[in-house]
Amino acid sequence: MKAKSKSIEKKYAEHRRDFLAGNNKKLDRRSFLKVSTAALGAAAASGVDFCQSFQSVSVARAAASSDVGARFRFAYISDSHLYDKKTNDRFARALLRAVEDINNLDPQPDFVFYGGDLAQLGRARELDLGAQILESVKAPLKMMVGEHDWYLDMGRKWRELFGEPTYSWDHKGIHMVTLNSVVERDFWTARGMTAEERMMTVAGLDNGVQSPFSVGEPQCEWLEKDLADYSDDTPIMVFSHSPLYKLYKKWNFWTDDAEEVQAILKRFKSVVVIHGHTHQVLTNRIGNIHFHGMLSTAWPWPYAPEGVPELTVEMNRPDPFNPNDGCGDGEVHVHADGLVDKVYNLWNRKPLIFAKAYTASWGGEGVPPRPNRESY
Amino acid sequence: MDNIFSVAHVRFILLGLSCAVMAVVFVGCSEETVLTTCDGSGKVTVASDAKGQDLADELMAQWKRDHPESDWVEQEKERHELKPGADNSALLEGGQADGHVYGQHDKRDLILWARETEKFVVEGSRIFHSGDLLQSTVAVSCDMCHPHASNTHPETYPKYQTQLGRVALLRDMINWCIENPVRGKHLKPDDPEMRALEAYIMAQRIGTPMTYGKH
Repeated sequence: MKAKSKSIEKKYAEHRRDFLAGNNKKLDRRSFLKVSTAALGAAAASGVDFCQSFQSVSVARAAASSDVGARFRFAYISDSHLYDKKTNDRFARALLRAVEDINNLDPQPDFVFYGGDLAQLGRARELDLGAQILESVKAPLKMMVGEHDWYLDMGRKWRELFGEPTYSWDHKGIHMVTLNSVVERDFWTARGMTAEERMMTVAGLDNGVQSPFSVGEPQCEWLEKDLADYSDDTPIMVFSHSPLYKLYKKWNFWTDDAEEVQAILKRFKSVVVIHGHTHQVLTNRIGNIHFHGMLSTAWPWPYAPEGVPELTVEMNRPDPFNPNDGCGDGEVHVHADGLVDKVYNLWNRKPLIFAKAYTASWGGEGVPPRPNRESY
Repeated sequence: MDNIFSVAHVRFILLGLSCAVMAVVFVGCSEETVLTTCDGSGKVTVASDAKGQDLADELMAQWKRDHPESDWVEQEKERHELKPGADNSALLEGGQADGHVYGQHDKRDLILWARETEKFVVEGSRIFHSGDLLQSTVAVSCDMCHPHASNTHPETYPKYQTQLGRVALLRDMINWCIENPVRGKHLKPDDPEMRALEAYIMAQRIGTPMTYGKH
């Protein structure tokens, strides 16, 4: 049966495809930018609603120009929450859009970091679909695990596809560490839950039956050993799915043993933690540790009713009528001292940039624009 | 809570016993007796000389084993925290109650109101958190964007919803979400699901001042 009306996502997809096929074919990047900027201006002046992907390309360019003085940059994608294509193709298309955004960056980032929750319910077909889409990422890909990837088969499929979730490497003078911060206490055995019930419980952000996230002792020991050979002057960057601090326990915007991990990182002069899970613009600093959240490609979370760090400048409340608003991807521009400019490439909006001076000055300098549509 | 629970409990036991006694089956030399619960859903074997309360407890325990979902209100509250409703205990005070029919309330009334209201709201929580109950065709439920019904701001309606080009009520926005991100079935204003969803969303905003028209 032929559908009588098209979904808003389908319209956007078609608009995007037509635009790229029709107008952009014979343009190089520079002239495309010129045309797109002019068109944006014209569209804004005439009040015409313009294609959202059109805007996102110019937005990605605007973001890239802010990395003056950075030693290198990488891009990130996070929290895609994929179902299999047959169940729900909206989330898959959002991930495709992020991959396209990042593949269009010129020059290409040193690597692309994936922030966890690739799947929604940890199913093999969801993770396979994610792996298949991420295969087309041009730059080298680094993966992190999220709770939605893990609690159906306790990470078996994820490890099969992407390897161990805890690892470290050195990149241009920065020591980088990826942790699995979504370790939950066994709440399922005593309740006689099936693997699916366990997964569904963990997948509900506001489900109070699950346990708080933690990094756990074995990983903390591993982290201490991993860092043992590095001097206090070495800039450290840590990737964790949940924020490595305590924000709001009821949604697991929280890591139960955050203080233990912070204590291990304390001796280093410069530490940056990049995390997923919170699906929003989020900034914090505790002592020497600077925290930045990542955007989701699937949906934005509201800000927690309490515990939002003072340094956070919230993003405008997302438009409920636009399935991509409040979502996006981003870049991290890493400076020689290890501190970063964090770029939130919000789809359908101007990017929000948190320059390194912002957290370095405890919010005194480089303050990003304040929202005019705050959380209710 | 205890008072009314015991009243209902006793009623149930009496009902259960009256049915169960009719269903008594003698086994062998009458050392054990098989009883059937009043709704015929389960059987329980007891000593033939077991007395009333023991028999009732056995039957009740068996019935609960056969109906694990009977505890659905508590189960749902454990999964998804619910803000408690208003405290009405002040209604039990004041000398004018004497002789005023409308002022006549006792503790049982308050317990009944609270329990029935909570049940209504908890049913809303169940639907809010279930793609299946929302009949989503894309496995999306309300809580995926609105944990604990956050960012639903029911206190801001009615308001002019720019994207719809008209004034919207909370139920219009619920239906918009059901039809679009959730891809579920449009609900009529008096559908039990709509009433339950409105109840849950509003209950979670207890204490928030009403500010209709707020954007």
